[in-house]
Amino acid sequence: MEDLIIDNNTIQEEEYIINMGPQHPSTHGVLRFKVSLKGETVLNVQPHCGYIHRGIEKMCERLTYPQIIHLTDRMDYLSAHINNEAVCLLVENALQIEVPERVKYVRTILSELTRLASHQLWWCAFGMDLGALTTYFYGLRDREPILDIFEETTGARLLQSYNTPGGLMNDIHPNFIKRVKDYIVYFRKKLPEYDELLTGNVILQERTNDIGFLTLEDAISYGVTGPSGRASGFACDVRKHHPYSAYDKVDFKEILYTKGDTFHRYKARVEEMWESLKIIEQLIDNIPDGDFTVKMKPIIRLPEGEYYQRVEAARGEFGVYILSRGEKYPYRAKFRSPNFSNLSAINLLSAGHKIADLVAISGSLDLVIPDIDR
Amino acid sequence: MNAIIDYFKELFKGIKTLLTGMKVTGYYFVHPKEIITQQYPENRKKLKMFDRFKGEVTMPHDENNQHKCTACSICEINCPNGSIEVISKQVEKADGKMKKELDTYIYKLSMCTFCGLCIKVCPQDAIVFSQGFEHAVFNKEKLIKTLNQPGSSLKEKVKE
Repeated sequence: MEDLIIDNNTIQEEEYIINMGPQHPSTHGVLRFKVSLKGETVLNVQPHCGYIHRGIEKMCERLTYPQIIHLTDRMDYLSAHINNEAVCLLVENALQIEVPERVKYVRTILSELTRLASHQLWWCAFGMDLGALTTYFYGLRDREPILDIFEETTGARLLQSYNTPGGLMNDIHPNFIKRVKDYIVYFRKKLPEYDELLTGNVILQERTNDIGFLTLEDAISYGVTGPSGRASGFACDVRKHHPYSAYDKVDFKEILYTKGDTFHRYKARVEEMWESLKIIEQLIDNIPDGDFTVKMKPIIRLPEGEYYQRVEAARGEFGVYILSRGEKYPYRAKFRSPNFSNLSAINLLSAGHKIADLVAISGSLDLVIPDIDR
Repeated sequence: MNAIIDYFKELFKGIKTLLTGMKVTGYYFVHPKEIITQQYPENRKKLKMFDRFKGEVTMPHDENNQHKCTACSICEINCPNGSIEVISKQVEKADGKMKKELDTYIYKLSMCTFCGLCIKVCPQDAIVFSQGFEHAVFNKEKLIKTLNQPGSSLKEKVKE
């Protein structure tokens, strides 16, 4: 009987440990946060990942280079085209193949469309995490025409596998240029609605301002890249600092903020949508004529050595490392996924805040779980 | 006193921002034509997918029940998931020579990731993607398909 007597004084002192996830509406995937609480205040967050680990890096060791590409789709599925591009650029650089200008332009346009679609989905899901269900429908409404553009040209809406080493699978569809131009006009009208609906909203302002600070030093030491890092002032845009494809031909602004709280991570992404529109506008009228692919050998063998290629995916820097021994398979493949590094900062960001803020913070990092687990 | 003024300021600011958002939703409430929802199961008859849509791998046959597959199994080698199995047989031709011909072309839809490599590498353009996307079936065995029709044969190349 004595065990049942609860001593109120000791209970308040104790840590209370709960699991957020593995299936939780705000984690958008199978991720488990082990949260220690004191009352409602978060003391410590331990992410437990690995629920959808597929061993993609190991699988790559038995696949040829063109076959690897379809696996990179399945890591960060919202920036599938950009991930494809990373592997293709690596193979092309290793073999010192110069792809036609047309390929570079089309790849850049499709990458920016991917980034737009990804940020739109993030925007609507972020609103939903914070209880604004309406945003979900508005974001998906604007994402649908982008997916139609993808479907018409690449044949798939999400996991395109459109890049191949040396070029593209097909030439762009005849309707592609017209559709993209129409979309830019359409989305320039709709993007201010995003600010009206959510950015100025008092509930979002109260729940994101001054929450989850990430300093510049921490952003660099934890490797938080992408819009999340740039909101802390970490100038890490690969497109700007190490241009690839046609990014050296376009003029765009790297969105940088210095405050580094949840609201500025939100703001950085919304502003990036404007920049993406600008990049597409500059390129879409000047797609040069030419081949859509260069002739490659049927079996691609990389020369012996180590190769690394990085690109700017929608959530940060995506890197591919391949160690080749001159065979048609890579000896070792390693992917540097942005979400894994971004996730590592979650304890730092959320310690000391309330548990409801953890939802806002993890939402603002824009985690895609298959990219964490690979 | 200041605290009370601040309280009301915050309150009205909050109501103002909420109304700004309501303006957008209200606009679409009175303009239902700008909403672009597709009524999916109802519009099945009219729904047309794009030509390049990667539905499932099919092998087109012409009116004489002939296909173009020479059973070279390049698609089988290039498939990253092992979803294609090409079984060939040796057939004696009229002039007495033995020739490899396609016996069964097995396509496991359940393993396919729709990367499109098989179709890209096919030297004869014998396989194409169809636009069908409704793949749901009641048991897994139905997803293992034989692409060449029974009694079909190789289409002889017309020499130009």
